[in-house]
Amino acid sequence: MPADHVDWLRREGRIVIVGASLAGLRAAETLRAEGFAGELTLIGDEPYEPYDRPPLSKSVLLGKASPHRTELPHRREIDAKWRLGVAATGLDLSAKRVKLADGDEVEYDRLLIATGVRARPWLKADEARLDGVCLLRTRDDAADLYQRLKAGPRRVFVIGAGFAGSEVASACREMGVPVTVAERAGAPLVGALGGVIGAVAADLQTENGVDLRPHVTVTSLEGDPVGRVRAVHLSDESVVEVDVVVVSLGSVRNTDWLTGSGLGAGPRGIACDAGCRAFDFRGIVTDDVFVAGDVARSPHALFGYQFLSLEHWGNAVAQAETAAHNMICHGADRRPHLWMPAFWSSMFGVNIKSVGVPPMGDQLMITQGSLAERRFVGVYGYQGRVIAAVSFDNTRWLEFYARQIERGAPFPVEFPTMDRRPEGRQPVAADFPDPSLPTHGPTVTLTGYSPADQQLVFHPARH
Amino acid sequence: MRLVVDLNKCQGYAQCAFLAPDVFAMHGEESLVYNPHAPEEQRERLARAVAACPVQAITADGLDGAGEQGTGSAQEARDAR
Repeated sequence: MPADHVDWLRREGRIVIVGASLAGLRAAETLRAEGFAGELTLIGDEPYEPYDRPPLSKSVLLGKASPHRTELPHRREIDAKWRLGVAATGLDLSAKRVKLADGDEVEYDRLLIATGVRARPWLKADEARLDGVCLLRTRDDAADLYQRLKAGPRRVFVIGAGFAGSEVASACREMGVPVTVAERAGAPLVGALGGVIGAVAADLQTENGVDLRPHVTVTSLEGDPVGRVRAVHLSDESVVEVDVVVVSLGSVRNTDWLTGSGLGAGPRGIACDAGCRAFDFRGIVTDDVFVAGDVARSPHALFGYQFLSLEHWGNAVAQAETAAHNMICHGADRRPHLWMPAFWSSMFGVNIKSVGVPPMGDQLMITQGSLAERRFVGVYGYQGRVIAAVSFDNTRWLEFYARQIERGAPFPVEFPTMDRRPEGRQPVAADFPDPSLPTHGPTVTLTGYSPADQQLVFHPARH
Repeated sequence: MRLVVDLNKCQGYAQCAFLAPDVFAMHGEESLVYNPHAPEEQRERLARAVAACPVQAITADGLDGAGEQGTGSAQEARDAR
């Protein structure tokens, strides 16, 4: 490749971004901010310009924001061609073309894939179609669910007590709507934060009047003669009568459209290097295809080079900025995406935040506050070092722990603190469930090799 | 006017809720809820809140009179379809 290819690309190349949400928008802004003057196209399957999702399960359900008005502010003019309301359906890597659902094809010189995830639907399609069975991922979903909650249903049933499901339950209680939450694991948030913190979340829910049902699965949804959902059947043989069911079973990565493209894409996302360049199915890095946001999985030096797939708002922003930068610069100027994982949630009036990768931790120490007060910081340890921290209404400590994780600080933590309670002096098992068993709604997925992703037949060399 | 708060950065100082209470509110001890679409008459208060945030977590467009930007691209989006 000639050395001036990048200069040409920056001047008059064509960049296509598939996925018009947070990552897609921030990437487009970064491209322009860094001097990309060529043609920029954004493709999105929803008919809306990029909007913010976190408010949908919080401010919107609490009636404090309209589901139709969460569009993201623009940091700058991006002068892009928008193709909204049309999904990408295929990718031809050698011809450098994206195929669209309306039959059109868009050519690119460099491509950024930021197609994100979608909500995992209820597994039985006929039951999922019942009126009153809802998902919560898009703004249309949020508008629909808000209307149903406002109408004052007899009872809402939430399947899955991850962050999204727990936030829905919280909104229901705040609106005075009776709500039942079923969770396969022993407590809410277990997949993301482990059993010790999960027990705190369980208390929080039950004290706020949630009918929490751990250790059960939903076996079927029952409809009435006109096709409205009316009851939920559980694995413990109980039946709960409901008007609304919210399916909150985590997400599915939007990689179906890449089937057969030759890209290293599968149910766990699209593998890429630390510079956001996608791998093809042979594990060879592509030159012109980049990935960012929820759909990407990339190796992270701080976490043993695990391929991390992070469904975090901040990751979408940071990875988009890095990908965009790397798309239009010379090799030596590229940056790795080594963002410190961080996320927040808010439920039952409690602010929950985390840094690092809690599910990698095997031990936990409460270093500030106490579990009983539900105001604390918990620090996760893994192989003698600090790997993550979580706070309940104690957010100002997290910056400190982020630095501890970055420098590989030893675990158990040794420094004395102002308010160390007896419970914090010894680490305890963090109590994560067996990773081979599914839990609902982890926001971090450790994505090593999955046998399900198999696209190659391995023939050992004969000598 | 559109706005977004990076809640990873937000540490609950509540300056915004103090300066623009119709846009920002504390929900519980530490969590912030806000209306991502602030009405026009909140322009000045919003600008003060953006400036006062100790961790610079608030991004808003349309504060400096360049407010047509967002609307412009919405229009463009419709035209391009």
